[in-house]
Amino acid sequence: MATHDPLAAEGPARRTPGEVLIEVDHLYAGYDGTAILDDVSFNIRAGEVFGILGGSGGGKSTILKHMIGLVPPVSGHVRFAGEDIVGADGEELERLRRRFGVMYQSGALFGSMTLLENVRLPIEVYSGLPGDAMNLIARMKLALVGLDAFTGHLPSEISGGMQKRAGIARAMALDPSILFLDEPSSGLDPITSATLDATVRRLAESLGVTFVIVTHDLPSVFASIDRVVLLDKKARGIIAEGDPRELRDSSPDPRVRAFFRREPEKAAA
Amino acid sequence: MAALAINDLPDGRRVLALDGRLDSNTVRAVWSDAHRALADAPGKPVTVDAAKVDYCDGAGVALLIDLIAQERAAPVEIANLKPAFELLLKQFDPKRVAKDIDPEVKRRPAIEEIGRAAAAVWKDIAEQITFIGELSAALFHALLRPHTVRWRDVWRVCERVGVDALPIVALISFLLGMILAFQSAVPMKRFGAEIFVADLIGLSMLRELGPLMTAILLAGRSGAAFAAEIGTMRVNQEVDAITTMGLDPVRFLVTPRVIAALLMTPLLVLFSMLLGLVGGAITMTSFSIPVVTFMKEVESAVSFTDFMAGFVKSFVFAILIAGIGCLRGLQTAAGASAVGESATRAVVSGIILLVVVDGIFAVAFYILNI
Repeated sequence: MATHDPLAAEGPARRTPGEVLIEVDHLYAGYDGTAILDDVSFNIRAGEVFGILGGSGGGKSTILKHMIGLVPPVSGHVRFAGEDIVGADGEELERLRRRFGVMYQSGALFGSMTLLENVRLPIEVYSGLPGDAMNLIARMKLALVGLDAFTGHLPSEISGGMQKRAGIARAMALDPSILFLDEPSSGLDPITSATLDATVRRLAESLGVTFVIVTHDLPSVFASIDRVVLLDKKARGIIAEGDPRELRDSSPDPRVRAFFRREPEKAAA
Repeated sequence: MAALAINDLPDGRRVLALDGRLDSNTVRAVWSDAHRALADAPGKPVTVDAAKVDYCDGAGVALLIDLIAQERAAPVEIANLKPAFELLLKQFDPKRVAKDIDPEVKRRPAIEEIGRAAAAVWKDIAEQITFIGELSAALFHALLRPHTVRWRDVWRVCERVGVDALPIVALISFLLGMILAFQSAVPMKRFGAEIFVADLIGLSMLRELGPLMTAILLAGRSGAAFAAEIGTMRVNQEVDAITTMGLDPVRFLVTPRVIAALLMTPLLVLFSMLLGLVGGAITMTSFSIPVVTFMKEVESAVSFTDFMAGFVKSFVFAILIAGIGCLRGLQTAAGASAVGESATRAVVSGIILLVVVDGIFAVAFYILNI
């Protein structure tokens, strides 16, 4: 296609550091016209590892679904390099979606396909590469998450944590410029989780991939995330935004410090 | 765009100079040429010069790895790759990712497949026998202690199995009566024997078609639904949760469904018989047989024993449909396709069993002169 695509993955040399890539603008998040979060706004810059944090039922995954165009918000906008995904449909939505990869909470692998076929599928649909090349790329993605010895296995033959890692490999198959990860470290052992954090940092730093991560896992937050928004159910919106380490150490809001320091009695107060 | 230039140096080396972006959209333009350049000079050492590569993602790294990992007499080396891309390349062991170390399992020999299929059939028969025992014990337990039955579940399933199925059962039976009447009346009219169509419809609907058609409809509708519902519970580990709570999945999940089917199927069979007769009667009015005459003829041809022969079958069919649906649900394996497979198996084995049992009834009635 000859048309210019502002979201096309660009090398680090061409990317303006710090440019706003994703803009969440006055978003009322919820389902069927009922908002659970009011007037949420934040920006995500290119190459940033961005975290959406909050308690259970706080609307983190709902915001993610609005951002990837799965569920329309009650109102508001989500713009990717200026293009609004809210209200986009048909080819426009498909083009926007092709630019990002999504790792779902459960891995969401196709049960009738081997891990190699799962990861190969998006490459097959979009790249037009020779078969051997597609297999090689799929094996490399699986090697990144430590699953290159399980390429011929079906999802039902591996553990839940391994399924999740394969889900990440599939999300990275086309080297998208933006990766959305929904609870990537839940169900993973600490070593695999730390490996995943390192992979995230490496991809962000070397390729300028932008990560949007919904997570509860504080060690992962401090290890890999540059900036976060912290959502609160009672406040129906964002109560803090910034570097998670700074928020933990010096936020004036006791709820924020309590969240990052895992102090339930102060969080309740 | 990506470009490739091939230079043979005087010292015998071949240089493949890559230029531009190497990503999943552009790398295919140089992939085959790069391979050919290596194959054309099997004895020459090759240097891949990546100085002019200004972007390289996973697909680009895959090309480099593919070149390094080629099995050839002279080595292939990568030169002048930018440090950021070098970092990406170093993540992989080229020799390891270049080949599939976990190839898909090849298809088993035919004889092994036959053996496995036979073992699976034997295992299924054993499970069915075990299930019949467990279900009998659970129903006996429910009979002795009715307060232990989850009656709310029973009424909920009754609504789905009975009330919700009524329109489809009524429609099919009505049309069946009409079709039977029409198909048989045309040839019988030639002999002036169209009044005996009432005998045919009365006997066939009450003894055979009413119970069998209703049961087949329920096997497709409710049997599949039971298998899918319990199968989903199995996949979501709800059945495991029931077991670890010390509850018996057969008593907890199967008993309410079987009781509901036992209550509703005979009622649906009665409706089916009635609607079949109504359909036949209406058709016969167009052959100058009034409804009253039709009903009088049915009354004279069909005895109470004929009615009971059909009616009793409905209870057995109810247990079969609900039982096989629940069993297939409980047998569900892991994976998204497993629930669909269970529903399909519930319908297929349900219908086969219905027809087999109906045949056994026919033989038994013949021997007993019913």
